[in-house]
Amino acid sequence: MKILRRAWGWLDDRAGISETLGPMATHLVPRSAKWWYVFGSATLCAFIVQVTTGIGLAFAYVPSGGEAYASLQAITDGSRIGHVLRGMHYFGASAMVVMVVLHLAQVFLHGSYKYPRELNWLTGVVLFFMVLGMAFTGQLLRWDANAVWSVVVAAEQADRLPWLGPALGRFIIGGETIGGATLSRFFVLHVFLIPAGIFAFIGLHLWLVLRHGVSEMPRPGHPVDPATYVQRYERRIRRTGVPFWPVAAWRDMVVATLMVGTILVLAVTLGPPALDQPPDPSAVNANPAPDWYLLFYFAVLALLPPWLESWVIIGAPLLLIVALIAVPFVSNRGERAPSRRPWAIAIVVVAAVGFVSLTILGVKEPWSPDFGVQPLPAEVLVGLDPRATEGAALVHAKGCLYCHHIDGHGGFRGPELSTIGTLLTRDQMIIRIMNGGTNMPSFAGTLDDDQLARIVDFLLTRRVR
Amino acid sequence: MAPEQVNGDRPDLRPRVDEGTAAGASELPLRVIPGAEIRRREMLARLALALAGITTAMVAAPVVGFVVAPMFKPVPRLWRPVGRVEEFKLGETVLVHFEDPSPVPWAGVTARTGAWLRRTGDASFECFAINCRHLGCPVRWVPEAELFMCPCHGGVYYKDGTVAAGPPPEPLHRYRVRVSDGTVEIETAPLPLTIQ
Repeated sequence: MKILRRAWGWLDDRAGISETLGPMATHLVPRSAKWWYVFGSATLCAFIVQVTTGIGLAFAYVPSGGEAYASLQAITDGSRIGHVLRGMHYFGASAMVVMVVLHLAQVFLHGSYKYPRELNWLTGVVLFFMVLGMAFTGQLLRWDANAVWSVVVAAEQADRLPWLGPALGRFIIGGETIGGATLSRFFVLHVFLIPAGIFAFIGLHLWLVLRHGVSEMPRPGHPVDPATYVQRYERRIRRTGVPFWPVAAWRDMVVATLMVGTILVLAVTLGPPALDQPPDPSAVNANPAPDWYLLFYFAVLALLPPWLESWVIIGAPLLLIVALIAVPFVSNRGERAPSRRPWAIAIVVVAAVGFVSLTILGVKEPWSPDFGVQPLPAEVLVGLDPRATEGAALVHAKGCLYCHHIDGHGGFRGPELSTIGTLLTRDQMIIRIMNGGTNMPSFAGTLDDDQLARIVDFLLTRRVR
Repeated sequence: MAPEQVNGDRPDLRPRVDEGTAAGASELPLRVIPGAEIRRREMLARLALALAGITTAMVAAPVVGFVVAPMFKPVPRLWRPVGRVEEFKLGETVLVHFEDPSPVPWAGVTARTGAWLRRTGDASFECFAINCRHLGCPVRWVPEAELFMCPCHGGVYYKDGTVAAGPPPEPLHRYRVRVSDGTVEIETAPLPLTIQ
């Protein structure tokens, strides 16, 4: 023990470790900084989980277009612990996205970005987008059919940008088609470039926290005035502040323990997301969808009217970036308390409700054809004459049920047909089927007169009962 | 003297300009630097920064060049065989696949491209890219309904590739097809990204 202590004493004297880190660890933070202040350190903790588990995975992952899939199978199915490790990296990613968003929302609601912490906010905005970049590129390194199509969708969106678009699209897929170069560039982004940026900006972000101090809990009636804020903050913190280590840090550690525990439990019980089919760009039976954090955007892209779409694909991300950058300049002073800033609450509530409802839609995908729909079962066909029964079979065979719903069967793209016999006459139905309509193809070339008559015979039996 | 010592017991080595004025000069006894020395230091700073720029360029140029160069390498257009004419039934739409024009050795399965091929006559074919013109997802041919349908956002195309429903802004991209010595060949093309 004694020799260890002496060795530490020598090292600490020559390297100046406590001299440098001690004041940082024990810097004074407001007494009021309690459970609201844990999200930033939780994001940092999730990042450490990601770096660690990511390094572990990199020992076995092969970043090659042809072999990544097999290496993922080996990691996932080759050993129990590989299964858990991939699961931790997946749930760690989810945790990091959740925590960075909570951190952003808390800082926004509490007005902590105001003078003099504008740069804290701006570096945080850069970190936020880098976390999203990691989440998206990470999904692509799970190099299966879904990843291939996600790259294509990303390239298609980049392509809508004027001037730069086509070159950017080609750069994303690494050539003219998906191929061996595609995965390599996302590997470089996910493993080298974006993490390097995150490390640098975490350093800067933490330096700014130390430089300007942790903000106090906002109190109504105590507005920020740049002329006097720093002086008053420093006077208060010297009088009532507490050292970060350990008076504030223990809460961070409680949250870190709960979060990492949850990641581990989920990784062991649920495991990593199953691999889709192999990354074959010529296989069409894929059903591409992004991971949960981008499902809302997937829904937006399905719901937008086409004339608006290119504007949103290019404009929405730009608008989000500009809006986030503008926040500390638009509102640099004044009240911090959420109760005095109803607009701040409204923005967060609208964003949260929008995200949740769009995500639910993204899970349900009501705009997608139901490719797996089965023929209508016997209980739907009870009491039908032979022609109507044949019509019911045609409604399945001709793909009507891909988009239309009848008594609990079929897709949701088009209107439900369970009571269509009450709503439309025979002639109206024939006109609609032959001509098509908004978002409905014309079937004039596909159905002969007899088939059409039978389908209409069947549809006329669908009445309010 | 204390005022000159800002870092504990170390002397303050920050340069001070010799203003050439008598007033106050005697109170700055430690390091008064003549103007020539200041100019020399400015010159040295510029030199160091210029060298740093040159060094950076020497390292960055090969890296950036290597990363960007493949984008400027022309990709050949090749005719790839997908089968004998007699393998395809008249009027039937089938999925075929062929190899990219210049695959890297480690591309594996990712070097494949798919296409929907339909025989329309003795030696005539039409061929559609599988990529939806909305955002590139793979469209599926639904033979009974004679429609191409996209699983992502519900784009639908008629059998001639024109848009029937949903968000796609333009018809399915077509590949050129030819028959050469009884073999059906498709001309490779870039992934259809740009909207015409």
